[in-house]
Amino acid sequence: MPFDFSQSHFVLFGLPTTFALDRAVLDTAYRKLQAEFHPDRFAAADDAQKRLSLQIATRVNEAYQTLKSPLARARYLLQLNGVDTQEDTNTAMPVDFLMQQMEWRETIADAKTQRNVDELEELNRQLAEEITELTVELAELLDEQHAWSDAATAVRKLRFLEKLNDEIGNAIEAVLF
Amino acid sequence: MAYSEKVLDHYENPRNVGAFEKGDDTVGTGMVGAPACGDVMKLQIKVGADGVIQDAKFKTYGCGSAIASSSLVTEWVKGKTLDEALTIKNTAIAEELALPPVKIHCSILAEDAIKAAVEDYKKKHG
Repeated sequence: MPFDFSQSHFVLFGLPTTFALDRAVLDTAYRKLQAEFHPDRFAAADDAQKRLSLQIATRVNEAYQTLKSPLARARYLLQLNGVDTQEDTNTAMPVDFLMQQMEWRETIADAKTQRNVDELEELNRQLAEEITELTVELAELLDEQHAWSDAATAVRKLRFLEKLNDEIGNAIEAVLF
Repeated sequence: MAYSEKVLDHYENPRNVGAFEKGDDTVGTGMVGAPACGDVMKLQIKVGADGVIQDAKFKTYGCGSAIASSSLVTEWVKGKTLDEALTIKNTAIAEELALPPVKIHCSILAEDAIKAAVEDYKKKHG
C-alpha cells in the first residue's frame, strides 16, 4: 500500500495547486481514493496494514474536507506558502469593514426582534452575494497576484461573513420554530 | 459553560454603552474584530487637555464575555493617561472576569481596542 503522507492535498487528488477548483474532478478523485483505501477492504489484512489503511482513509477525508470548503482551501493554500491567516490573533480589520459588520449585526437583530422572516431572507441573499464577491477577490489574490498578505486579510473577512451567515440562519430558525 | 458573576454583572448592566458625538477631536476611536468568533468591538476614549482619559464608551457585538470585557475596560481607562491605558493587559481583564481559556480572545479584543483608540487619538493630535 504505497502512500506518500508528505504530499499536499492538491497533489493527492491530482489537482493543480490553485484556489480555483474543478469540484467534479475533486469529487471523482476523492471517491476513487476512498474506495481504494477504505478500511473494509483490509478486514482480512494484518494489523499493520489495517492501521495504515485507516490512517490513509483519514488523511483522504481530511484532505477532501479541506479542499471542498473555499475558506479552508484558501487557508491551506496560504499555509503551503508559509503564511498564517492569524484568524485567532489578528484583530486589526479595515475600519469600514468592521463598521459594515456592525450594521449587519444591527439589521439582523432588528429583523429578528420584529420577527420579519422576509427581511432575514433578503439579508441572506445579500450576504450570499457578498460571499461570492469576496470569493472571486480571493481567487484573484491567490491565483493571479500571489498577494499572500492581502489574501490572508480576505480569509479573515470571509470568516466574519460565514459567522453572519450562521447568525442569519439562527435568527430565521428562532423566528420560525 | 457558566459565566462568572462578574461577567454576568457587566453583561446585564453594561457600563458606558454608546458613542461620543461624531467629529469631536478630543475623542479617539478604536475598532477591532475577532475573525474566529465574529465579535466586533468599538471603543472610544475622551481625552482631557491634561492627557488624562475623562470618559469612555463602547459598543460591542459578540458574546457575554466580549461585552463584559469591553464594559470593564471602559471603567478601567477612566482617570488614566494614554500611556497608562496602554499598559492594561488582556491577562488582567481575563483574571478580573474569571474568563475560561476559550474566552481569552475576548480579553485580547478589549486590549487591542484600547490600543487602537489611543493610536487613533494620537494620530489626530500629531
